Amino acid sequence: MEPNQQRSKALPRFDILFTGVTAFLVALWAVFAVSHADDAAMVVHGWIFIAAAVLAVLAMVFAAGGSALTNDNSTYSDGVIRYGVIASTFWGIVGMLVGVVIASQLAFPDALYFKDFGFLNFGRLRPLHTSAVIFAFGGNVLLATSFYVVQRTCRARLFGGMLPWFVFWGYQLFIVLAATGYLMGVTSGQEYAEPTWHVDLWLTVVWVAYLLVFLGTLWKRKEPHIYVANWFYLAFIVTIAMLHVVNNLAVPTSAFATTSYPLFGGVQNALTQWWYGHNAVGFFLTAGFLAIMYYFVPKQVNRPVYSYQLSIVHFWALIFIYIWAGPHHLHYTALPQWAQTLGMTFSVILWMPSWGGMINGLMTLSGNWDKLRTDPVLRMFVASLAFYGMSTFEGPVMSVRAVNSLSHYTDWTIGHVHSGALGWVGMVSFGALYALTPWLWKRERLYSLKLVEMHFWLSTIGILFYISSMWVSGIQQGLMWRSYNEFGFLTYSFVETVKAMHLPYIVRALGGLLYLLGTCIMAYNLYRTVKGSVSSKEPLSTANPNLVPAE
Amino acid sequence: MTYEQLSAFAQTSGMIYFMAIFAAVCLYVFWPSNRAKFDKAANMPLQDEEIDHVR
Repeated sequence: MEPNQQRSKALPRFDILFTGVTAFLVALWAVFAVSHADDAAMVVHGWIFIAAAVLAVLAMVFAAGGSALTNDNSTYSDGVIRYGVIASTFWGIVGMLVGVVIASQLAFPDALYFKDFGFLNFGRLRPLHTSAVIFAFGGNVLLATSFYVVQRTCRARLFGGMLPWFVFWGYQLFIVLAATGYLMGVTSGQEYAEPTWHVDLWLTVVWVAYLLVFLGTLWKRKEPHIYVANWFYLAFIVTIAMLHVVNNLAVPTSAFATTSYPLFGGVQNALTQWWYGHNAVGFFLTAGFLAIMYYFVPKQVNRPVYSYQLSIVHFWALIFIYIWAGPHHLHYTALPQWAQTLGMTFSVILWMPSWGGMINGLMTLSGNWDKLRTDPVLRMFVASLAFYGMSTFEGPVMSVRAVNSLSHYTDWTIGHVHSGALGWVGMVSFGALYALTPWLWKRERLYSLKLVEMHFWLSTIGILFYISSMWVSGIQQGLMWRSYNEFGFLTYSFVETVKAMHLPYIVRALGGLLYLLGTCIMAYNLYRTVKGSVSSKEPLSTANPNLVPAE
Repeated sequence: MTYEQLSAFAQTSGMIYFMAIFAAVCLYVFWPSNRAKFDKAANMPLQDEEIDHVR
């Protein structure tokens, strides 16, 4: 494409300029942060920022030396997606491992309490676990798949030259900053929005670059219609930007201190927090992963989605309704009753688009159900949709005030979150990673389908252990908390309800361990696939015995 | 404005707003001339062979 290359040479390279200026400004601020910091954590973050800026500049210089920075409009840009697959797998194992550790700390608090290592205790590790699995694992899966899907369905190379690389590495920097902050004990104190203000600002820069890359690619698409998966990705990127900025509005105590005060106070703060929190579920963990479903399930079945029309109704209904559901986290609080009822009503209405989407995904298999027997990757997708259906039914039920009076603050909530996170988000991500790896590294097949099957069963059984034990402990907890004796006193002291949780907590830790084991098997399988090996027990030719020519 | 007036207004306009959006989406989705476009769009993931307009 001669004219294309000509034009790109003439254009000023805003991507290089943007990265260079950002690295300079970040380094400048970080030098002052290191020298003038109000607290030790800021010194550490200052050094991390400086190291990242230096690495970024070095990487650009080396890339320019190897002429890797010249604009290439010929093919899809897949390098950054390969890194995304590796990062997803890595952070997945880290996040799930921390999950198993904190589950074990709850089950065996005496054995796993480290008096001299404060950073290893539950309070520090819990946000590390949630952020690592949601934002590091899930976020990298979304980055990688969105970059893959938007290029294929637009028939256009990623926009922005090296900007996608800035987004990828910038996001890893955000993860490292957030994680080290939690371990050092500095957080903003808002659930799922724990990173401190300077880390939030950094994520905002990265996220704007992400939006630019995505919009730019859509802008230069060669297909007139924007495929539904891209609508879901776009809703995810735009809404997360809005939620992140509004919920993290805060005033730092100084330019070089990790502490800050939120702009909203009291119940306004709580409402904003759960508007953010529930829509992080709705737009990060649902819309983004539904985008994966709408591309990868048709791809894996090799048939178009069951109903494209339903997918459009699904999209608009989901995004218009989800944004109102947050107040169901604040039943029986200072939030006005009508606002609680509003959140509950929208949560119940949300059941319909959720199931519409689930049915759309599942029915894509219609006429091809036999593939479930032979394709364990497809089975991963179908199981994820089943868990999606289950948790989007359980959610509305729990949002009803009367049910919430039993379930709130108990382990039932934890179980519900994990049936969505492990079942839906985890398994649809595993399916996407299994599908992407052979495509990206140009391999005929995965190393071993038997290992995928083993992963499937380990994770499914792990989830079942997890959610059943949490149902038992959650409902038991709720019932013990609300039980009164004949004199009107509480029947159980709090510590008695804690003691009753011991066995379910052990089962939960076991379930998590099985799930982690499955992920490790996936990592091995993907590694061997990238290496180009094929399991000797499953030779390639047996995959299609009928197609061998009779010569 | 009393609380009752405000809530009546919010509930009514909210209902109209959501019904209107839903009706608009349904019209767009079931408009006969859009059918071919959606059928084509549904097949987009299956027709995304590697682009090869190099050279």
